[in-house]
Amino acid sequence: MTAARFLNRLGLLGCLMATLSTGFATAEVIHEERSVYRNIIVTEVDGRRCLIFNAVRGERNQTCMNMRDPQEMIFHYTRMTMAGLLVNPNPQNILIAGLGGGTVPTALHQLYPNAKIDVLEIDQAVLNVARDYFSFTEDDNLKAHVVDARVFIKRAGLQGAKYDFIMLDAFTGEYIPEHLLTQEFLQEVKQLLTADGVLVANTFSTSNLYSHESVTYKSVFGEFFNFKLSGSGNRVIIAQQKPLPLQGTLSQNAQALYEPLKVYGVDILEFPVRLSTKPDWDESLRVLTDQFSPANLLGQ
Amino acid sequence: MTESAKQSLMSKVIVCAAFINGFAIMAIELLGGRVLSPYFGSSVYVWGSIITIFMLSLSLGYLWGGRLSSRNPNPYTFALFFLLAAILSLPIIFLGEWTMTKVFLSIEDPRYGSLVAATLLYFLPICFMGMVSPYSIRLMVSSQEHSGRMAGLLYFVSTLGSALGTLMTSFYFVLWFEIDQIMWGVVGSLLFLAAAVLITHKIPVGDQPTKDSPVAAKQGAQ
Repeated sequence: MTAARFLNRLGLLGCLMATLSTGFATAEVIHEERSVYRNIIVTEVDGRRCLIFNAVRGERNQTCMNMRDPQEMIFHYTRMTMAGLLVNPNPQNILIAGLGGGTVPTALHQLYPNAKIDVLEIDQAVLNVARDYFSFTEDDNLKAHVVDARVFIKRAGLQGAKYDFIMLDAFTGEYIPEHLLTQEFLQEVKQLLTADGVLVANTFSTSNLYSHESVTYKSVFGEFFNFKLSGSGNRVIIAQQKPLPLQGTLSQNAQALYEPLKVYGVDILEFPVRLSTKPDWDESLRVLTDQFSPANLLGQ
Repeated sequence: MTESAKQSLMSKVIVCAAFINGFAIMAIELLGGRVLSPYFGSSVYVWGSIITIFMLSLSLGYLWGGRLSSRNPNPYTFALFFLLAAILSLPIIFLGEWTMTKVFLSIEDPRYGSLVAATLLYFLPICFMGMVSPYSIRLMVSSQEHSGRMAGLLYFVSTLGSALGTLMTSFYFVLWFEIDQIMWGVVGSLLFLAAAVLITHKIPVGDQPTKDSPVAAKQGAQ
């Protein structure tokens, strides 16, 4: 492992663990949920409640909630996904792959109470925990489906469903569902997008996988916004079917979104200038396909 | 070539075949997860479906292969197993997407969808690959006394092949090749085994061969 890659990893790990490191010893486990996939633990310390996937290599926060201010988005990456709203500030049909504690779906539901939101979560246990410990509540407009995202999206495409805001948030940085990172999958996602629709993908890829992933997104969507914030190990990809909006439009939308997003701790005004279309990856690497998708090996 | 030398060569071919067969089964099984995931996801039940169908195919293959071996065991039938396994693996490459689309459209529940798709794609080839095991034991065993030892050797070799097939496919092949390329490698290996068994069987045996007899040398060169 090269020094740069090591630091990169360390940074990634650091940002995810930082919030917990202050007092992990005193963190109280308030619930353990058994799951087919991995065990889930809910801890609480200092009024901060966290959902943690119990991994062999050590615990890692999946999502956290400030019990005194449940709306606050604690993690960088959660706040960053809101950048998708700069491209489509008024979504009506939203699809989110990956529930976690339900922070993002709940926020979008509050922001756009009339929008139809479908949330996909592969693990029933995550949904149970989100309902019981992170006040995730469904209603007529916000529905969670326990299903593999690829299966749901393929079927939705065949049924001619359309969404104007699609978020892929199924990556934990630990294990990558390889069938959700291929050209064919992204084509299925693209088919679901309306003409004005936006795709927001939250990824944690490092090293070569970062390049493979970027090349794959580019092959399907053409130019996309690559969004990074210093101090965060992840990046958010923002893509559209049509050409991307100009800085002026982004700033304008940011102005309008600033007030509604303030309560979530999102400073949307600093986002537009950081949406870059400049490739910072090795463009010669191979596109990932259903035939070739060793994502977990490439990320090593 | 003497009769005993030929028999010893055939034994080596059978041992090699058991190894490659074991290797190929696990390579196909591991790729199965990737083949099914675009349609049925990569949830635990997709692996459940694949492993169930592979175990079922192998178990029936063992049963039928064992039965076949009791009547007139011969290298032609043995070679036919590899030929059929190779031919029946081709639909995985050519009809996989078509089959899975049909299943995906008619069965909503991905658990049963993946089970049906795994059955359609893998049952027949893996069944024939399972028939190899008991049949190869029958071909190698000349006396009852040696049967346990021979069975042990063949189990050892084929399971070792399976272990290596799993390791190589999951660690390296998926990184180096596309799924279909690996499948072509499997098909090619099975065809090679069928040919190796037949060619070995066809090697002529000299009547009274001596090492320096010009006749034997000439025959050996044919």
